Amino acid sequence: MTASAPLEIAGPAAPPRSNGELVFAEPWESRAFGLAVTLYDAGAFEWSQFQAALIAQIAAWERAHPAGECFSYYGCWLAALESVLAEAGMITSHDIADRAAVLAARPPGHDHDH
Amino acid sequence: MTETTSSERLPIELRTEALEQLLTERGLVDPAVMDKFIQMYETAVGPMNGAKVIAKAWTDPEYRERLLSEGTAAIAELGFKGSQGEHIVVIENTANTHNVVVCTLCSCYPWPVLGLPPSWYKDPAYRARMVREPRTVLAEMGLELPADTEIVVRDSSSEVRWLVLPERPAGTEDMSEEQLAGLVTRDAMMGVAKVSAP
Repeated sequence: MTASAPLEIAGPAAPPRSNGELVFAEPWESRAFGLAVTLYDAGAFEWSQFQAALIAQIAAWERAHPAGECFSYYGCWLAALESVLAEAGMITSHDIADRAAVLAARPPGHDHDH
Repeated sequence: MTETTSSERLPIELRTEALEQLLTERGLVDPAVMDKFIQMYETAVGPMNGAKVIAKAWTDPEYRERLLSEGTAAIAELGFKGSQGEHIVVIENTANTHNVVVCTLCSCYPWPVLGLPPSWYKDPAYRARMVREPRTVLAEMGLELPADTEIVVRDSSSEVRWLVLPERPAGTEDMSEEQLAGLVTRDAMMGVAKVSAP
């Protein structure tokens, strides 16, 4: 991510903030959030399953506490979602890694849509 | 790139994008529905909802009773319901007792009234330390409580999602419900701040 337009901090076009903080720190966090909520709404899993997976991911991060790595709540959230989907036989982490590798190979500038 | 486990060597934004593509292609996620949810939690659902609940409780004694006895139902009366709005229990802060909310295991939070949780609420340090040394953590967050105020730490879970009914500040007797709602902050409804008169 390089040059981007400065954020408007007041007025109708301002990004939503709760007490001065953006609801999502980065765009991928909102996508990870939206995927879980949408899948749950469509009946793909019970919320309790997802929550148990989220608790497990957070606990695993706290046990390992990788040196120098900041805690990422939505990182744990995404990992929890992946594990629930894998358990349900919907999508494996292998599928995701393969597709991510394809996306990583795109030429720079492919997503300049704004 | 940060150090990650072997299955997550690619940047997380790419993994997220890959997952979204796969789920969309397989018809498991409708992108329009997903955008609607994201937009809802970014703009329509937030602490302003909870503030209306608190202001009503401050001005309507019967509503206050209902709110303290049946949180989720009383909140639904104002139209606020939905995911993570089940099992909301409202607890009152008084001059002698101060309640503060944490979720030690993850980040259970009453979305319909407060929106999505702020980063400090999800932080491992907050979740661990608020239980062990609430007075110190509250002071660090700018809330110094008198030594004789009892602090009760409320641990939210999927069975109980706590919401604090803060004390109505002195000097607000002449304010309308709407004006009062403008004073109530998210942090006060989590118990890490008090509501101040304007």
